[in-house]
Amino acid sequence: MAVVGVLALQGSYNEHMSALRRIGVKGVEVRKPEQLQGLDSLIIPGGESTTMAKLANYHNLFPALREFVGAGKPVWGTCAGLIFLANKAVGQKLGGQELVGGLDCTVHRNFFGSQLQSFETELSVPMLADKEGGSNTCRGVFIRAPAILEVGSDVEILAECPVPSGRPSITIPSAEGVEEEVYSKDRVIVAVRQGSILATAFHPELTSDCRWHRFFLDMDKESHPKAFSALSLSSSSRGSEGGSKTKPFDLPIFE
Amino acid sequence: MASDGSGVVTVYGSGNNGAGTQLEPKSSPFSVKVGLAQMLRGGVIMDVVNAEQARIAEEAGACAVMALERVPADIRAQGGVARMSDPGLIREIKRAVTIPVMAKARIGHFVEAQILESIGVDYVDESEVLTLADDAHHINKHNFRVPFVCGCRNLGEALRRIREGAAMIRTKGEAGTGNVIEAVRHVRSVMGDVRALRSMDDDEVFTYAKSIAAPYDLVMQTKQLGRLPVVQFAAGGVATPADAALMMQLGCDGVFVGSGVFKSGDPARRARAIVQAVTHYSDPNVLAEVSCDLGEAMVGINLSDPKVERFAARSE
Repeated sequence: MAVVGVLALQGSYNEHMSALRRIGVKGVEVRKPEQLQGLDSLIIPGGESTTMAKLANYHNLFPALREFVGAGKPVWGTCAGLIFLANKAVGQKLGGQELVGGLDCTVHRNFFGSQLQSFETELSVPMLADKEGGSNTCRGVFIRAPAILEVGSDVEILAECPVPSGRPSITIPSAEGVEEEVYSKDRVIVAVRQGSILATAFHPELTSDCRWHRFFLDMDKESHPKAFSALSLSSSSRGSEGGSKTKPFDLPIFE
Repeated sequence: MASDGSGVVTVYGSGNNGAGTQLEPKSSPFSVKVGLAQMLRGGVIMDVVNAEQARIAEEAGACAVMALERVPADIRAQGGVARMSDPGLIREIKRAVTIPVMAKARIGHFVEAQILESIGVDYVDESEVLTLADDAHHINKHNFRVPFVCGCRNLGEALRRIREGAAMIRTKGEAGTGNVIEAVRHVRSVMGDVRALRSMDDDEVFTYAKSIAAPYDLVMQTKQLGRLPVVQFAAGGVATPADAALMMQLGCDGVFVGSGVFKSGDPARRARAIVQAVTHYSDPNVLAEVSCDLGEAMVGINLSDPKVERFAARSE
């Protein structure tokens, strides 16, 4: 059976775990490099990317994560996870932060600004409706969200979002910090796929729409169809590890 | 009516959230307010008094910082009226780091909250650590686009704050003491009440809601969820990695550390250790490793001394 890892250093890993539970898939929390072994795919959740990078560093997770991505196993990053997967990020803290890389794009770490500029919108994602059915749009919750400024040629753009009007101009610090450039387009990329890597700037795990999670699992199926045939709705028989005394309680989904 | 953007959505009944008390909904829906708190889960929020400390906190892996003029231990030592910090200082701290910046407003002082919203802080803590501005009323937090975190000692207090619009709850603990006993008492009280509530007959919930002076709809929602309907952090007296992990094992979603970091011998090291302890809270091997050689912890205050003022008892 396929086992989906969720990087559980900090952030919305509980939400991803419960989204996986809702669609009947076993999720495993990953905090140490050895826990990546035996996983078929990995979700890197939202959270504070600097915090997650620090914690990953303390336990020497970066080499193992790079190896996992390099092996072509499906990986999905939401928000902070997108930053982790990008080859290049701008607008980082002083001294920068370590990235996993693998996704050929440039990410602006805090494109949409601070919490007061956080927002929710209906995103048009025709691909999602094609593959998983349902409506052409999905709920996009953007929390201090990043955005994708540029993508390489083999990156497929899945969704774009209008840049909120009435925002102060968004500057893009160049790599050397010498000159700043103002973002002039009125739309910005917020969801992409490159081979086995999926990345979203928003948080499907905060909504009741499980289609992104299903889509991600289908990517896994594409990559090795046989191993997958007998999966789903499994009673999580093996390794009912650690926290067996009580099932964790989930936060409600805010509509 | 899936969304009126005004409050916690109840999961029972018709989808009407029964909250007629708010003014017109603002552009920032509750999902977005709680969303940031959800992104902070499993993280540590640290009190800092200047940009340099903020950078140390960020470097250690704090998921947010609380910008203050004085940490609670100093407020306790120096006495007097404690107010909102200088907005200039908060701005400076905001410029220094990329992680979210929170700031404290006095309980009931909605103008301080307006000022904090206007300078763009990411979260406002309506805090009993500052001197009260209003001893009867808390801020109507529905009127703000910025989300609020509030303290509580028990379930009733937590749900009253949520009904007022708080998108995140923390234990009150006893800030600035380095003594975790009150935070433990408060989290045990909330968790114990939730457990008792879960096994309660539905017919008994009306009277129970009345007895804890909490809105019925939120009590019912809590019963159905088996937990508070928003993110719950621990705060007040956390001084060591073990304290932080204790609060996590008791069921908190994350930890605030006030004076515990920058009143200790080696702040950078202790900050890093507490961050790791919160992530690996159920792994004693990691906890043992990170607890080594941290230097001196902050001084502790024994709370059985009647002369020690109880911040937690300042509001209901």
